[in-house]
This record gives sequence, C-alpha cells and structure tokens, in this order.
Amino acid sequence: MSDFLEYSTTGKPHPFHIVRPSIWPLVGALAAGLLATGVLLYMHGIKLGSFDFGLKGVVVGLSAVAAVMFFWWKDVIFEAVQEKAHSSVAKVGLRYGMALFIASEVMFFVAFFWAFFNASLFPQEAIGFTWPPQGMQVVEPFDLPLLMTMILLLSGCTVTWAHHAILHNSQYEAVKALGLTVMLGMCFLALQIYEYAHAHFGFKDTVYASAFFMATGFHGFHVFVGTCFLVVCYFRAQKGHFTADSHFGFEAAAWYWHFVDVVWLFLFLCIYFWGNVIGVSHIPAAG
Amino acid sequence: MSDHHDDHKPGFFTRWFCSTNHKDIGTLYLLFAVIAALVGGGFSMAMRYELMEPGLQLVKDGHAWNVWITAHGLIMVFFVVMPALIGGFGNWFVPIMIGAPDMAFPRMNNISFWLLVPSLLLLAGSALVDGGPGTGAGVGWTAYPPLSSKAGGHTGLSVDMAIFSLHLAGASSILGAANFITTIFNMRAPGMTLHKMPLYVWSVLVTAFLLVLSLPVLGGAITMLLTDRNFGTSFFNPEGGGDPLLFQHLFWFFGHPEVYIIILPAFGIISQVVSTFSKKPIFGYLGMAYAMIAIGFVGFIVWAHHMYTVGMPVNARAYFTAATMIIAVPTGIKIFSWIATMWGGSIEFKTPMLFVFGFIFLFTCGGVTGVVLANAGMDVAMHDTYYVVAHFHYTLSIGAVFGIYAGWYYWIGKMSGRQYPEWAGQIHFWLSFIGINLIFFPQHFLGMAGMPRRYPDYPDAYAGWNEISSYGAYLTGFATLWFLFFAVWTLKKGRKVDGNYWNVQPQCMTLEWTLPSPPPFHQFEIQPKVK
Repeated sequence: MSDFLEYSTTGKPHPFHIVRPSIWPLVGALAAGLLATGVLLYMHGIKLGSFDFGLKGVVVGLSAVAAVMFFWWKDVIFEAVQEKAHSSVAKVGLRYGMALFIASEVMFFVAFFWAFFNASLFPQEAIGFTWPPQGMQVVEPFDLPLLMTMILLLSGCTVTWAHHAILHNSQYEAVKALGLTVMLGMCFLALQIYEYAHAHFGFKDTVYASAFFMATGFHGFHVFVGTCFLVVCYFRAQKGHFTADSHFGFEAAAWYWHFVDVVWLFLFLCIYFWGNVIGVSHIPAAG
Repeated sequence: MSDHHDDHKPGFFTRWFCSTNHKDIGTLYLLFAVIAALVGGGFSMAMRYELMEPGLQLVKDGHAWNVWITAHGLIMVFFVVMPALIGGFGNWFVPIMIGAPDMAFPRMNNISFWLLVPSLLLLAGSALVDGGPGTGAGVGWTAYPPLSSKAGGHTGLSVDMAIFSLHLAGASSILGAANFITTIFNMRAPGMTLHKMPLYVWSVLVTAFLLVLSLPVLGGAITMLLTDRNFGTSFFNPEGGGDPLLFQHLFWFFGHPEVYIIILPAFGIISQVVSTFSKKPIFGYLGMAYAMIAIGFVGFIVWAHHMYTVGMPVNARAYFTAATMIIAVPTGIKIFSWIATMWGGSIEFKTPMLFVFGFIFLFTCGGVTGVVLANAGMDVAMHDTYYVVAHFHYTLSIGAVFGIYAGWYYWIGKMSGRQYPEWAGQIHFWLSFIGINLIFFPQHFLGMAGMPRRYPDYPDAYAGWNEISSYGAYLTGFATLWFLFFAVWTLKKGRKVDGNYWNVQPQCMTLEWTLPSPPPFHQFEIQPKVK
C-alpha cells in the first residue's frame, strides 16, 4: 500500500443491484431444517404414538425446499427480465458466485474420490487385498458406461449449440438444442437407473459398493439438478428471456452441465476403467 | 432497487427476518454469537467446576463428559467465533471498507445467517436425545469413527442430529464465503485495487477461500459417516474393507484450514486496530497480506500433524513436521510486523489496543507451543494431553476471542453510534487477560505431567494446577458477565459519538471512519473512490 489512501467521491451512483427484503431466505432455512428433521425421523423409524413418520417428513421437507427454490429464483428471474436490475457489474458478480459454487462442489467430489482411492489403492484384508474385491462382479466400463459417456459428451455439444444459437438471437434453434440437451440428460439418468437396478452388487456390499454408489450416485444427483436447471432454461428460452447480450441464467446452467460432464469423465476413467479393469493386486508388505 | 431512500428502514419483521441489509445481518450474526457464547461458555464453566477437584462432581460418567466437550467445541467454533468474526464483523465492515453499498448477494447473505438457527437447534437437540451409550453425542468435535459409528456404541439419534447440524452450518458458511469473495472481487470502489485493500478485507478474503475449498470435504466426510451409520456403507468400517483413518484424513483436511478460518479474521482486526492506535500505517502491508495467503495455502497441506500417533509412515510424519513448522514463518512475519507498526508510533492505550497487546503476546505463546507440537517426535509424548488443550486455547480462546473483543471495542461506537465506557473496557481487559491465563497456563504443566484430555477425573497429583485453572475460569466467567453488562449499558446509555471518534489519522484511514456513527441504512449510494 502506498502509505496513504485518500478517499473522495466519484459523484455517481453505484452500479450494483440492491435487493429488496425477501421472505425466502428465512423460509428456505426453516425448510432445510425441516428436511434434516424429516430424514432423521425416517432413519431412526421414529413414531409419535401410533403415527409412523416414515418418509412423510422427508417428502414434506423436500417439497418445502423445492418450493422455496422455485419462488426465490422466480424473484431473481423477475428482477433480471422485467426490472432489468442486473447491471453489467451485477452480472459479473453472478458469474463469480456460480464459479465459486462449482468450486465448492468440486471439493465435495474430492472427498468421495479420496475415499475411492483410499480404498482402492490400499485394499484391506476384508476385501482380500485386491481391487476390485475378490469375487466382485463389477460393471463392464466399455458397455453401458461408455454409452453414458458418449451421451454426456454429446449433451455438452448440444448445450454449446444452444449457446451459439442464443448468441445469434436464434430462439428457435436455442429451444431445439436445449430440448435435445434435456433429453440427453434424461437418457443418462435412465441408463444410470438401469445400471443400478442390474448391478450384481448392492449398496452394502463392501467398501467397493460404497465408493461406487456414493460417487456415481452423487454425480447422478448432480445430473438430475443440472437437467432441472436446463429444463428451466428451456422454458425461459421459449419465453424469449435470453438475448445475445443477456443470458446469464443459461450460461450458469451450461457451466454446471460442463462441470457435471467433467466429473463423469473422471468417474469413468478412475472408477469404471482403472478401478474395474486394471485395479490393484496387492500383497501386504510386512510391517 | 435504488428506490430506497438512504435511511428508510423497513418494519420490524421485514427488517430483522427478511433482511437484505449487510449491517442488519451482521448485527443478527453478532447477537447469535453472543447467545451461543452463553451456552458454550456455560459448558466451559461446568467443565472447570467438574475438574476443579478429583472425583466426579457433576457428570455421572465419561460419556456425559464427552457430550459436554463435544457441545462446547462445536458451539464455540461454529456458532460463536465464526458467526462473530466472519458473519458479524465481516458483514458489517467488508462492504464498507471497500466502498460498496452492500454484499454481492444480499438474500443469500440472509439465508447464510438463518441456516445457523436450525443448525444450532439440531446441535442443542443432539445433546438432549439418546446417543447410544447415554444421552447426547459423546464423540468430540472431530467425531472420529468408530466412536461415532453404531458399532462404536453411538446407535442413537444424537450423532445423526449433530451431522445434520454440521451440514446446515457448512452450507451456511460456504454460501457466506462465496458471497464475501464475490463482494471483494467485484464491488470495490474505483481505485481500491487489491493491493490497497485494508488488511481486514484481505483476511476475510483468504478466510472465504479456505471455507469454499475445505468445508465441502467435511461435508463429504460426514455424509459418508451418515451412510455408514444408517445405510450400511463401509467407508470407515474395516469389516467391509473400509478405513477409519480415512475419516481422520478427511476431517483434518477440513479441520486444519478451519483453525486458520477462525484466526485469520482476528489477524485482520488486529492489523486495523494496531495501525489506528499507533497512528502509523501497518508495517510491511504487502508482506502482511501475502503472509495471510501463505498461511492459507500452507494450511491445506499440513493436516496430518493432528494424526502423528495413528501409525503413519515415518516419511509422512517427517513431511508434515517440516510443512507445519513452515507456517511459523508467515505467522512470524505478522507478529513482527505488528510490533514494527507500534515501533516509534504514538500509541494510545485504549481498550481495543489493550486487547491487541494481549493478542500479540499470548498468540505468540500459542504459536510457540504450536511449533513444539509440530514435531512428530515431541507430539507423540504430548498428544491428547492438556498441553495440546493449552496450546489451542492460547491461539483460539485467547487469539480469536481477543480478536472479537478488539473488534467489538474498536467498532461498537461505529455500529451503534454509542461508545462504551473506557474504564469498564479496560477492567474487562485485565479481568479477561488474567483469568484466561490462569485457566490455560497451568494446563501446560498438567499436559507436561501427562494429564490426558477428555476425562472428567484425574489422579490427585494433578489437583493443584486444576484448581487454579478452575479459579481462572470463574474469573473469566465474571469478566464475561462484566462485558455483557457493559455491552448492554453501552447500547442503551453509551455516550453518543461522531463518525471518526477514534480520531483515526489520514495515514491509517479506512472508509468506515468517513461515515457517520451509525452509518446510514444504505451507505455509499454515491460511489466513493480512492484517489
């Protein structure tokens, strides 16, 4: 720092978006608490007298969270489209926000990859000191998983197609390309459900299954979220919300989609290919 | 929307429950931290009462004791220090210091705060419901399996409640951190380059990066713990090929950055205060900023120094010893730069500055014992003794909490428009300083003599220093009540002050002193700039 900072005024109003008070953060926080409580009640099979909570609390909590997301983002879209409140500086802020959110998600996946490599590089006695564990009938990577890889990569192309269409103010093509992307996302999810249903191992079959289902399942959940995001973009594109110079909502969805795509490539390479095909055959050293 | 007039405040419910105003949300955070501090501090008092003499006084068994230390640790870290230093002062002063009208995402700012409420309720609830071995979760703030697993005895609801509490608190902090980074990168006034930002803003920026990158890893770890407990996965269960040590690695990959998350904002406050009351710009400004970045970076690659006794290879221990001791370099840069800032300054011994002296002296003590513990060879002897407890309370209890007090006395006039009585502040400092040292200095001796952590009872040989430590706790408790009384007194009856009531000199000027006290509801509607 040069020794002194001298302050003065620009004489101009600031360019930022000052947001009105909103009920949704408060309701959203309570909904998150409700969801957590619902899951607790379900996991521990808690009954109130003769009333069995079962999954009811989870459903109520999830619905509340989803409702808050809907209304909150409806407000954001209203401010962006109707009020034109997102100045160019505010849009840069939204970009930072989305990039940081994705960065935090990356670190979330780091935890699961860490668990996978911890278990696979140093296989323990209970799984016969090998990876995949002895006798484990694993998923063949160059079967459905390769198809899923192709589907996600293709969806990355179609979302870029949509981006170019928006940049050329071609609404028809943008809607078409977004629709295709959504369909590809749904295909991926359908194939993943098929893969899970036909897997020769269950969620509880050793740490192999734990790491496999947690990592791919967490990813699958992200594909679901990304697909929902793209569905919103599809309807917004139909309504003509996106213009060549103002379409951050779409860009955020596309960033998220590419992030999900890249995570899948790592899952495919590490868990499906390296873990299942090459793996570790290991004789424990003394000491 | 810019249809707000400067000082038009919304009605009570809208203002405090639907807020999108960084100063109001900061106030909510501070209030929340005070309430949580009463709970967490209550546990401290009860713990010192229990340990004042050998034998069991209040708790009936070791599990109950573990529940206390778990609640104390989690509350102090997640619901007192972080909400106060980051949520409270960060919200209040980061936007102002960079010349911004508010945070980048004001609504998200509010959910960051409100998520803490169900989170604290879940944590409080977890202490009251069945844990398995007894009521509550007796797992420590680290929640290592197998102790925290069902096989380890914690079959009840309690641990799962604590896990969800941490999920919500983690989401809150990640959102808050993304908000701070965006605000700092995107909303600085023209001319306020990164290399001109006040050091408090730098400290919050580095802290926010640590949060964004480390908290999700904890999220992943506790999610796996949750599925191990409830859905039959085997991540941490050797029977299924899992590994309990994996949890420790993941936890400390978060946990070590977390201790810098706690202390860095305090560093920032200390830098502002030491400059103002020495009437000199901070010595070595750039070195100070980059020292924090260095601490943040190295903080990510030293985590396993918490795990020296788990049987890691000797090479790993050698690496983590070396890496850990490297942290003393940037930390030393900060300590010596604060001292050099005071050198030749025209020092005013006001309460915030007294807390700075306390901080520098005592944080250095905590840092020195940290270097001792950084050595794997030493740590094997010291691990899980009261020496460690003394070490981290010197950095966190004295470091972070003295940072909070320094910030409080420095800025309360700015936040409320009313000034605390100086004599009461100075008495509060001396009561705290003596009290805290009485608690924790003898704990070094107890640790050196081999007294282990996490037991409610001890052999008679440890009775003497434990008794003194407990007297220190009562004195600190009294100091806290003194503080609370005069905090309320200040807000009700304190002397009204003008914008620059510390007479901050031009060479130390930051933007909050250019505004009235308290600042208008929306400041800087006309953007300021740095010449």
